[in-house]
Amino acid sequence: MTPVQAIIAKELRGYFVSPIVYVVGAVFLLIFGFLSYLYIVFAGAQAIQLMQMQGGQASINLNDLVFRNLFASMRFVLLIILPILTMRLFAEERKLRTFEFLMTSPIGIHEIVLGKFVSILLIYFGLLGITSLVPTVLMLFSEFDWNPVLTGYLGMALLGALFLAVGLFASALTENQIVAAFVGFGILLTFWLISGLGALLGDTTAGHIISYVSFMEHYDRLIRGLIDTSDLMYFGSGLLLMLFLTHRVVESTRWK
Amino acid sequence: MIDVQNITKRYGHHTAIDRVTFSVAKGEVLAFLGPNGAGKTTTMRILTCFMPATEGTVRVAGFDCADQPLEVKRRIGYLPETPPVYQELTVTEYLTFVGQLRGMGGRNLTSALDQSIGRLELGSVRHRLIGNLSRGYRQRVGLAQALLHDPPVLILDEPTIGLDPKQIIEIRELIKSLAGSHSVILSTHILPEATAVCQRVVIISGGRIVAEDSPEQLSARLRQSEKISVTLKSFPVDCNAKLREIPGVLNVFPGERAGMLLIECALGRDLRDEIARVVVSNHWGLLELRTISMTLEDVFLRLTRHEDGLPQQLEHTQATAHKGAPASQETAP
Repeated sequence: MTPVQAIIAKELRGYFVSPIVYVVGAVFLLIFGFLSYLYIVFAGAQAIQLMQMQGGQASINLNDLVFRNLFASMRFVLLIILPILTMRLFAEERKLRTFEFLMTSPIGIHEIVLGKFVSILLIYFGLLGITSLVPTVLMLFSEFDWNPVLTGYLGMALLGALFLAVGLFASALTENQIVAAFVGFGILLTFWLISGLGALLGDTTAGHIISYVSFMEHYDRLIRGLIDTSDLMYFGSGLLLMLFLTHRVVESTRWK
Repeated sequence: MIDVQNITKRYGHHTAIDRVTFSVAKGEVLAFLGPNGAGKTTTMRILTCFMPATEGTVRVAGFDCADQPLEVKRRIGYLPETPPVYQELTVTEYLTFVGQLRGMGGRNLTSALDQSIGRLELGSVRHRLIGNLSRGYRQRVGLAQALLHDPPVLILDEPTIGLDPKQIIEIRELIKSLAGSHSVILSTHILPEATAVCQRVVIISGGRIVAEDSPEQLSARLRQSEKISVTLKSFPVDCNAKLREIPGVLNVFPGERAGMLLIECALGRDLRDEIARVVVSNHWGLLELRTISMTLEDVFLRLTRHEDGLPQQLEHTQATAHKGAPASQETAP
C-alpha cells in the first residue's frame, strides 16, 4: 500500500466511525429524494393539465421538467453540505496534534493533500451513486433521454469535486472545524453571487470575465446536456488551483 | 549522527532559540533540560524537519534538514509532546497506518508491529480503540509509533509524561537498552530521569544553551565548595567554634535534623579525616560523616534561575565547558 492509499484508507475509516458521513449523507439523500418527488409530482400535474386541454395522450419532457430542475436545485444543496464534509480534514489533525506527526512522516505534502481529497471525493461519488436510483426507477415507468441526465451527473461530479477542493482549502486554514465550514461556505457563496454581478454587467469584458469565474454558467451548460471543453477546463483548472493553494497553506504552517 | 550548528529560530521579533549548537554521537543518549518555554520543543521540531530554522544548519545521519528533509524524516522516530494518535483507530490499525506511511508492508510490517507492541507491552490493548485508552497507554502507543521502523535517531519530547512510576522505570530501561545502537535525544522536566538515562545533558534556558556535559561533570563543575554533613550524638556549645578552627573550613551551619551539622569546606579539599579526628578527640560521639554532592537539580536551578550573581557563574561554566560551541556562549547573560 502506498502512503497515499494508506491516507485514503485511514480517512475513509475516520469518516465511517464518526457520525458525520451518516448524518450528512442522510440529509443529502433525503433532500435529493424530496426534490425529485416534488418535480415529478409537478410534472405529473402538468401532464394532466395538458391532457385536459389537448385531449388524449400528452407527452411531457421529463428531462426539462424533472432532471434539469433537480440538478439546478442541487447546486445549493452541495454548497451547504460539502463544506461540512470537508471541514474536519485538516482542522481536526491540527486540533488533535496529529498534524505534526503527518508532517514529520517521510511523505510529501502533495501526498497528504491528495490522499485527503481523494478520500472525500470517493465518499461524495458514493452518495451520487445512490442518487442514481431516482433516474433508474423513473426509467421503468416513463421514457426520457439519458444523455442530458448523464451530463447532469458529470456536472454534479465536477461541481462537487470543485466544492470539496474549496472545502479542503478552508480546512487547512484553521484548526477550528466550524470556522473551516463557514469559510468554505463563504467562498462558494461568493462565487455563486458574482454570477449575478456578471449578468448585471452584461455584454462587457468585465461581465464576461466575472461570469466565467463563477461556476454557474459552466454548470448550467452541463445540466442542459452540453459538454463544452471550456467548461471542463474551468472545473479542472479550478480544482487544481484549489489543491495547489491547499498545498501552499499546509506548507506555510511550518513557518509559523 | 546529529549535528546542529548555530541554529536560530525567530517568530517575528521573538527569538525562540538563539545560536544553539550541539551534536549527538551514534549510540549516545542526550537529555535536553530546561524550564517551560526554554526552546526544547522548538529545537526538536527543527531537528525533525517540522519547521525550518531561521538560521543555521542541522544534519541528521549525514543529511541536511533543509535540502533532504525526506531522507532525514526516514531516519527519525519522533514522539511529539502530545502523542500523535488517531482516536478512531485501534492500536494495530494505527501502527499499521504509521508503517504504511513509512513505506513498510507485508511481513516486514507485521514483524515490526509485533516487535514494537511487545516492547511497549501493548498486547492486551492492541485491538482496542485508541480513543478509549488511558493517557499512559496513549503515550506508549506514541512511543511504539516512534520505534516502529527501528530508526537510527530517536527524538522524544517528554517520553515519560503521564505514565505511572512502574511504567516510567520500564520506559527508562527501554531507552537505556536503545543506547549504543540508537542516538536518542529526549527532553524532560524530570531531573533524575536525565541522570538515570542519559550520558550527556544539555541545559537550555531562554533559547540558549547554558551548559552541556555529563550529569556528574556538571554538578562537579558548578560546586563552589565541598559540603560535608556530620551527625553528632552530643552537642556542646563550643563544637561550632572548634570545627571552624580546622584549616580549610569556611563555614558551619546547623543541619536539617537535630545533631546534624553542615560544614562548608574550600573547593578541592577533603577534610573528612580532620573533622573526624576533632570530633573523636572531643568525645562528641560521631554517628555519621559524609560528603554532600550537588544534585542535578541544584545545577539546573542554578543555571536557569536568572538572579544576581549568576552571570559570573554562567560565564565560568561556559568558558570551561563548551569546546564545540563557542558562539552560543559569548553573549550569554
